[in-house]
Amino acid sequence: MSGAEINAAAGAASGVPANTVHRQRFVEQVGLLLGREPTKPAAVTEHAIRLHEIKRARPKAEVRAAIEAAHAVPRGHKWRNRRWAVLIAANLLFTLSYALDIQILEGALTASRFIGFHLIDLNSALQVMLAHKHIITNLVIGTLTVATFWMLLGGRTFCSWVCPYHLLSEWAEKLHLRLAAKKLVSDQHMNRGLRVVFWLAFAGAALGTGYTVFEAISPTGIVSRALIYGPGLALLWVAALLLFEVVISRRAWCRYACPIGLTYGVVGIFSPVRVKYNLNACLHEGDCRKVCLVPHVLETVIKGRAADVDVPLGPDCTRCGLCVDQCPTGSLTFDVKGLSKLL
Amino acid sequence: MTRQERRRALRTLLLAGGVFGAALSGYLPLAYARRKRLRPPGALDEKDFLSSCIKCGQCVQVCPVQAIKLADLVDGFGVGVPYIDPREQACDFSCDAVQCILACPTGALVYQKPAFLTQRAGAGLATKPVLKAKAKDTEPTLNLKERFGVARLTRPESCLAVQGKGFKGAARGADFDGRMRFMEVDRWKPIKLAAHPYDLKECDLCVRECPVQDAISIDTFTAADGSVRRQPVVHEPCVGCGVCEMVCPVEPSCITIEARGTWLGKGQT
Repeated sequence: MSGAEINAAAGAASGVPANTVHRQRFVEQVGLLLGREPTKPAAVTEHAIRLHEIKRARPKAEVRAAIEAAHAVPRGHKWRNRRWAVLIAANLLFTLSYALDIQILEGALTASRFIGFHLIDLNSALQVMLAHKHIITNLVIGTLTVATFWMLLGGRTFCSWVCPYHLLSEWAEKLHLRLAAKKLVSDQHMNRGLRVVFWLAFAGAALGTGYTVFEAISPTGIVSRALIYGPGLALLWVAALLLFEVVISRRAWCRYACPIGLTYGVVGIFSPVRVKYNLNACLHEGDCRKVCLVPHVLETVIKGRAADVDVPLGPDCTRCGLCVDQCPTGSLTFDVKGLSKLL
Repeated sequence: MTRQERRRALRTLLLAGGVFGAALSGYLPLAYARRKRLRPPGALDEKDFLSSCIKCGQCVQVCPVQAIKLADLVDGFGVGVPYIDPREQACDFSCDAVQCILACPTGALVYQKPAFLTQRAGAGLATKPVLKAKAKDTEPTLNLKERFGVARLTRPESCLAVQGKGFKGAARGADFDGRMRFMEVDRWKPIKLAAHPYDLKECDLCVRECPVQDAISIDTFTAADGSVRRQPVVHEPCVGCGVCEMVCPVEPSCITIEARGTWLGKGQT
């Protein structure tokens, strides 16, 4: 296709104002968080339509060569390594604060004090409030502090940057993928709407029975306490979950079950920190979706699917950065809303 | 619905059932609980305690004698909830206050119960307990309005004092890990009970080491046949800390804490 033809095609396309596209994206992304299946965007901006046209016109051989060339350069693990360092440091700080009595971060992930300031896990706080039906000041202070923190940093950032079960599950996932490559296991998909059902059911159970039912099986709480106060039998439940993820369903707990993830996801809906997709250089080979814990947030990278040139990923994204590390064209990057404009 | 979709729906249902089953099985240990756990000072009544505890272990971290432990999977809904095993390590108030209450972020341990919660009869303390170690301080009391248990002389026939016997050596043997603070050694540093041997003509360890003033004494009884007998007697100020149970040199202990036990009046057994 010549330049003139591209322009003609672009001229023929009828784009939709960016505002409409943004509203549609917001609804779609919140829907994804709540378990909806991804849909093709109805409204697409003119600029995006033009880019899709250009990409469609590119000869297949040329695209294949470009993908090969891009993948010839070895990819690093910059963001994964940073994230693992942060996750391990955070959990180690809990352990050392108690073991060495340095008292910097006392307590466990469910509730703690950071140099005296109350921090309370949002889902644990919710369970206690619903079960006990009496809320004391310290509980409010700790909950609001943590909520503000994750509202700014992206709710589910907690999952991949702090939650110790996430790291164990990430290693179990590697094992699952290795076994799957040998055709020894296969990933059994579930309905992602299950997580919403769990969230409502556990909130209802706390309210109805007066027990914090979810806390009894929360692998986040169990692993956190085991790291600080020593291992116990409760780790058997965590081991069972990991085994399930290795043998039956990839990352099943984080993907389909964990109400903590949904709580933080909702908190981070308007977060300014996110991973942003840019359509321009993307080769649509889909490597990012293969490494992603929540690949439905990356549907937008499929050829012809982006509704805009820049698409920030939705609140179900854990900001783990695996896709950022994986992308050979730099089409996925960490972004802080407003900050790029200021700079 | 395609075959694939049906199978996915079935798998989802199975996962849902598995997770809910596991979660609700946590109720079983509560329903079949054979013995009650002694909770830390200031704990709300059991049901309220389980609902309000956020399972963070901050109470564990502030306890200078590490009397507080966190329950495991076998406690079901109580997993991660703190308890005290007084025979292994009692709460001896060597923090001089009730630091665990101060540490609790959710009000599962409280100085004062919220108004909507009632007090069980016999759980309330007549007055704030006086800590022997602080008796000479301007504020000698503990900020505690309810007992968390009560001591009972469960095996009087084995009690050394009842038998008129003395006691010599380390109260629980040389290998016992339990610790206590002894004012005459160091007010701020608890030491191992094993490092503090005794030589007593009449065993009065439960009375001697009780951290609370006037909570227990050894009294003299005269039977109908005129024989004179000595016996430890628990009094109203007993808060249920468990030091008497920990120091009792007889195996198993003659005096035990009834978790969440209440004061039944003078002459209770």
